[in-house]
Amino acid sequence: MSALPGDAAQPLLLAPGQTHSTVTETVSVISLHRHFGWYWLSGLAVALALCSLLLFGVGWLLRQGVGIWGINMPVAWAFAICNYVWWIGIGMGGTFISGALYLAREDWRSSINRYAEAMTVFAVAVSGIFPILHLGRPWFFYWLFPYPDVMNVWPQWRSSLEWDFFAILAYLSVSILYWYVGMIPDLATLRDRAPTLRTARFYGFLALGWRGEARQWRRFESLSLLLAGLAVPLVFSVHSMVALDFSEAAAPGWHSTIFPPFFVAGALFSGFAMVLVLGIPMRRMLGLEDYITGRHLNNLAKVMLAAGLVVTYGYFSEVFSAFYSMDRYELAVVLRRLTGAYAWTFWATIVCNVLSIQLLWFARVRSNAIVLFGIALAVLIGMWLERFMLIVTTLYQDFVPSSWGMYYPTFWDIAFLIGSMGLFLLMFLLFVRILPVVSMFELRKLVRKGEGSTA
Amino acid sequence: MNASHTQGLLVEFAGGEELLNAVRRVRRELPNFVLEAYSPCAVEGMDEALGYCRDGVASWMLLGAVIGGVGTYALEWYSAVFNYPINVGGRPTASWPAFLPAALEMTVLGAAVFGVLAMLIGNGLPRLNHPLFDVKAFERASADRFFMVVHLHDPSIDVQTVRELCRSLSALAVEEVPQ
Repeated sequence: MSALPGDAAQPLLLAPGQTHSTVTETVSVISLHRHFGWYWLSGLAVALALCSLLLFGVGWLLRQGVGIWGINMPVAWAFAICNYVWWIGIGMGGTFISGALYLAREDWRSSINRYAEAMTVFAVAVSGIFPILHLGRPWFFYWLFPYPDVMNVWPQWRSSLEWDFFAILAYLSVSILYWYVGMIPDLATLRDRAPTLRTARFYGFLALGWRGEARQWRRFESLSLLLAGLAVPLVFSVHSMVALDFSEAAAPGWHSTIFPPFFVAGALFSGFAMVLVLGIPMRRMLGLEDYITGRHLNNLAKVMLAAGLVVTYGYFSEVFSAFYSMDRYELAVVLRRLTGAYAWTFWATIVCNVLSIQLLWFARVRSNAIVLFGIALAVLIGMWLERFMLIVTTLYQDFVPSSWGMYYPTFWDIAFLIGSMGLFLLMFLLFVRILPVVSMFELRKLVRKGEGSTA
Repeated sequence: MNASHTQGLLVEFAGGEELLNAVRRVRRELPNFVLEAYSPCAVEGMDEALGYCRDGVASWMLLGAVIGGVGTYALEWYSAVFNYPINVGGRPTASWPAFLPAALEMTVLGAAVFGVLAMLIGNGLPRLNHPLFDVKAFERASADRFFMVVHLHDPSIDVQTVRELCRSLSALAVEEVPQ
């Protein structure tokens, strides 16, 4: 994002005076020498407590079945699918930053792409739990995979749920590969600076013996470019598949061609919100303000605003096309969303996703980290409520009034939602503690380009 | 020092430009020597200076993409048309539009897996140890120093000439890489 005329006082991408040595020192010290204080430990304690809740819930679910959740006919999806769509959407932030912004040669991605990619890997991993547990007999989830089984049956290739399985499989695998491969040179740096032999062996093993030879760099750069080129269509296709889970069904409120782009925009929106929610406390606690500067937060906020406007258009278009079609079932669903039993989720979604982001038009808001954090948090809540609204308001009152029914979450619904947050938090806290949170070799490239030189 | 005891000379530089100039000069003056360059981040122009051209990663990725995509599509087609055809109201068994999503995802996955393998195998990784790691100064090759290695495999080489040339470059230090 090039500087606009009004942004003359924009801060730099790197604080002034950064060199190869300072970049390496500041970042590697976090993994190798830093004493993580009580806030990290208390975060870990919370994460572990929530993870135990999740683990206990999974055990209980395997024993009792999905009936421990509030789901029943007609609302058979509810929290599980809502959580799945929410988490996988959050994953898009990292892929977009490391893929699309790399292809667009946006230098500001360099210092945020590592933790954003980590966020993607963890969010997608967490999201994958829900559709599997929701299967009813989760231990047979491998039936989704085409393998030569003795029953001689195949997966249903025409089902969007099968497409979704392939989409998650490919997305998770490619995200892990992209994240890990991109970390190899930095792991080598940690190996070479490790204070003890044990640490050096740990990072040395992960770095696979990277030496930074010119030919290694060349292949590495080719691969990074091509993976970035692949990641962009991949992430668009993944969120389109998620949307097709809905729009392939002939249900009013779901059966709509706008769903794939609407879901892609929603994913980008919540992904950037999560990048802000993680980045703002992280840069402060780890002292990374020299690398994740006000300019990064400003740019992230701008992208979040743009994505939010597309999402707003999606809401508008849904209401408009229902009235334009005059289809009685489409109209009924829209009116139910606006005024029905779950209308509060719709209006809360509008407040979080449409109204709160309007503050981002103001440069003063975009430069205030605390307000930005609040808005990003509101967007995350809003995007969860949006999925809940989309799922439940379509299902709870079907075509036939005799099969209408309400959905109420149980204790276990809530436990799985906050437990999944705990699992995500646990993985992210361990990542921050062990792995390089900022891509050092990409910052060195920025130093070489003269960013942050006394200008 | 006899050339047979040392694998090569390790020349240390403070920056990428110094390394690039040194590589260009050594290639010009001693064209028969095998050179390697090491840096903490990619240096633009280094491939040309060292004469590296194709790296093959893209071709392997194309192969992986074709295997992943065509293979998945072929599996879907075989299972739905031959192995277990289901007649649903006379609809075609080979419903190709519905076969594309899974094939597309596996195209991307195939390309990514082949690309990563091509990068690692082409780069000779994993190889956890290397003679260069025995040189103390080389620790900074992953932080803030740039290195050139001049290979001394041929016993007829006059090491002194190479040393003289290396000293005349704006190098910080010249060391030997043990066998």
